[in-house]
Amino acid sequence: MGFFKKIIEGLRKTKQAIGFKLNELFKRGIFDDEFYEELEFILLGADVGSETTENIIEELRERMRRDNVSDTAKAREYLKQILLDILGEEQFEAECPAVVMVSGVNGVGKTTTIGKLANIFVKQKKSVLIAAADTFRAAAGEQLEVWAKRANVRIIKHEEGSDPAAVVFDAVSSAKSRGTDIVLVDTAGRLHNKKNLMEELKKINRVIDREFPEAQRYNLIVLDATTGQNAVSQVDIFNEAIDIDGIVLTKLDGTAKGGVVLTIKDTMDIPVYFVGVGEGIDDLLPFDANSYVEGIL
Amino acid sequence: MALFQNLSDKINHAFSKLTNRGALTELEIKQAMREVRVALLEADVNYTVAKDFIAKVTEKALGEQILKSLTPGQQVIKVVNEQLCELMGSTQSKLAVASKLPTVIMMCGLQGAGKTTMCGKLALHLKKQGKKVLLVADDIYRPAAINQLEIVAGKSGAGFFQMGQINPTKIAVSGVEFARKNGYDTVIIDTAGRLHINEELMAELENIKKAVEVTETLLVVDAMTGQDAVNVAKSFDEALDITGVIITKLDGDTRGGATLSVKAVTGKPIKFCGVGEKMEDLEPFHPDRMASRILGMGDVLTLIEKAQSAIDEEEAKKMAKKLKEASFDLNDFLEQYDKVAQMGNINDLVSMIPGANKLKLGSATIDESQIKRNKCIIQSMTAEERSNPKVLNYSRRKRIAAGSGTTVQDVNKLIKQYEQTKDMMKRFGKSKRLPF
Ligand SMILES: Nc1nc2c(ncn2[C@@H]2O[C@H](COP(=O)(O)OP(=O)(O)OP(=O)(O)O)[C@@H](O)[C@H]2O)c(=O)[nH]1
Ligand SMILES: [Mg+2]
Repeated sequence: MGFFKKIIEGLRKTKQAIGFKLNELFKRGIFDDEFYEELEFILLGADVGSETTENIIEELRERMRRDNVSDTAKAREYLKQILLDILGEEQFEAECPAVVMVSGVNGVGKTTTIGKLANIFVKQKKSVLIAAADTFRAAAGEQLEVWAKRANVRIIKHEEGSDPAAVVFDAVSSAKSRGTDIVLVDTAGRLHNKKNLMEELKKINRVIDREFPEAQRYNLIVLDATTGQNAVSQVDIFNEAIDIDGIVLTKLDGTAKGGVVLTIKDTMDIPVYFVGVGEGIDDLLPFDANSYVEGIL
Repeated sequence: MALFQNLSDKINHAFSKLTNRGALTELEIKQAMREVRVALLEADVNYTVAKDFIAKVTEKALGEQILKSLTPGQQVIKVVNEQLCELMGSTQSKLAVASKLPTVIMMCGLQGAGKTTMCGKLALHLKKQGKKVLLVADDIYRPAAINQLEIVAGKSGAGFFQMGQINPTKIAVSGVEFARKNGYDTVIIDTAGRLHINEELMAELENIKKAVEVTETLLVVDAMTGQDAVNVAKSFDEALDITGVIITKLDGDTRGGATLSVKAVTGKPIKFCGVGEKMEDLEPFHPDRMASRILGMGDVLTLIEKAQSAIDEEEAKKMAKKLKEASFDLNDFLEQYDKVAQMGNINDLVSMIPGANKLKLGSATIDESQIKRNKCIIQSMTAEERSNPKVLNYSRRKRIAAGSGTTVQDVNKLIKQYEQTKDMMKRFGKSKRLPF
């Protein structure tokens, strides 16, 4: 079920669309220029980025030379291993009490992810409170309220246009007095190159630290798998502002693969924790590097 | 020097050893195209689109005569830029008007592309042209999407129509009917975001198009989109025969290569750009700006051209010689100011310098009145002072300040600027080219 099937389903369609032939490629039995060119095509097409693609292919040549590999079928395993080595194996585990703040640029799927996360934690028998700290976008609070209802959790919400830090302050106070396990903070979408909005995010972050020092802090950034190389800049700047712990990669149910997370893990050591594979409440899954790599190749 | 880490620098660097003057050779072009390819990929231009583009440009550039005023590198950039601009199309920020009112505009695209906000921006834009606009809430899936559109309608001064979460085709038909009866001449239908591979939801859009006469079908694309832009654009275009594209979130720092991909696979005009979260943040599409943004080099070419026309090569050589002999004085500095003035508005020029986009520059833009003041100061100096600025002691500076109606601080500032320019030109002097 789930991740693997959905991704394979999506990828099957892309593969058809681009005349995909990796398997044939590996079956062909020769490592010529065409082989590496096709490989490059696959990686670049998955938004891995030109530099990381080059590094991966270089590493593949290197490892195969080292082990004297001449069988192309084996090359696939080698390639897979290289990608797995980059991605690593890290799972998200929240120690309670915890505050999980979700941020990212506009429209990537933050609010939806909050709803799905709430659902996951409720299933783990945790008590959850949602803080509607996007007080900026039209009807953001109402949208989150629907998700809170779906997940059957409490929500703290102020008026549109009010101070998001005040929302967080209220939520944290409420969580402390009630002994809530996990507070999920939804934030307004913001482009990382907007200084004042990043300052606002830092302020929200500080309020949590100051008001709830005993809580475990987790800052997640949501990336849309459809996004290209700009995701590097997004993670870089959000990380500088508020220390990002991990990534939620959404919209993997489409044909995009979000290969830029390889570059991000490789250069900033920030792992993917969850993947979004649809708009339903159950469509958030723990990241599984193996299936993900299978999906790309 | 991050400012110069762009494509034109890289190409110029690759060419620095070449002094070839005749026609561009295959080898030169090949070298340059390697850099162009990386630039396009880094900008998220689709791999296949980039490949086709490069093949086309290579063919075009081969045998091209190198203009006297340009280096081979600049010549290649010129060809690349021209081709890219051509591919991008022209500025077509006009929306069609239906012969039988109301005009119906249908927005479509992936989830989170920015359709709802764009509905409001277009409504405001059309309202300013005297249109009466109705926004129709046809996203029946996303929680609170209807509320969001209602707020957006309020902000943009448009009418609002909704029927809750019923069949979207019914809503569209009733919305258009409502518009006709209530004197609205334009209807904008906000549809739910959907994946291009979701057959059921794509069919839903096709049904809306069958049921109401849609004048414009606009695909909304996030400027940050990566390689998948081609699949998305192709699918939407095939299903709906879109009439135009809108690129959103261009106020970010993305290079926006998806724009090229979308244009290349659909051939449909790019009509507008979204550049912020406010209703006013809508701009017409400028193909030339987009081209240089994708190449990551500001509006280098215009700058090259302007610089070349204002300062001919002979003069440039003279200046370079002066620099070598370290005889660059305040007369030359004054002359430079005049040249710059000839090149047009200073702030426009600054925005053309690679990497120095207005956003990053912020308040560091140049004050034209300051330039006028500086010219006055230099003109108040004696011939001796101009050719030998070292003699400018305090009492001379005081006199000059009084004569030019400025302060001693202003004079000091100018002299400091002159020193810096001299320094900078010395550093660039080696290349015998202007410091652009
Ligand atoms: N197909 C698909 N759609 C998703 C996924 N996650 C979110 N979405 C959709 O993407 C759109 C935007 O999601 P939101 O959760 O509102 O995004 P956001 O980041 O909160 O947006 P802003 O607050 O406006 O910045 C909605 O239509 C969601 O249903 C996913 O994993 N797959
Ligand atoms: Mg949101």
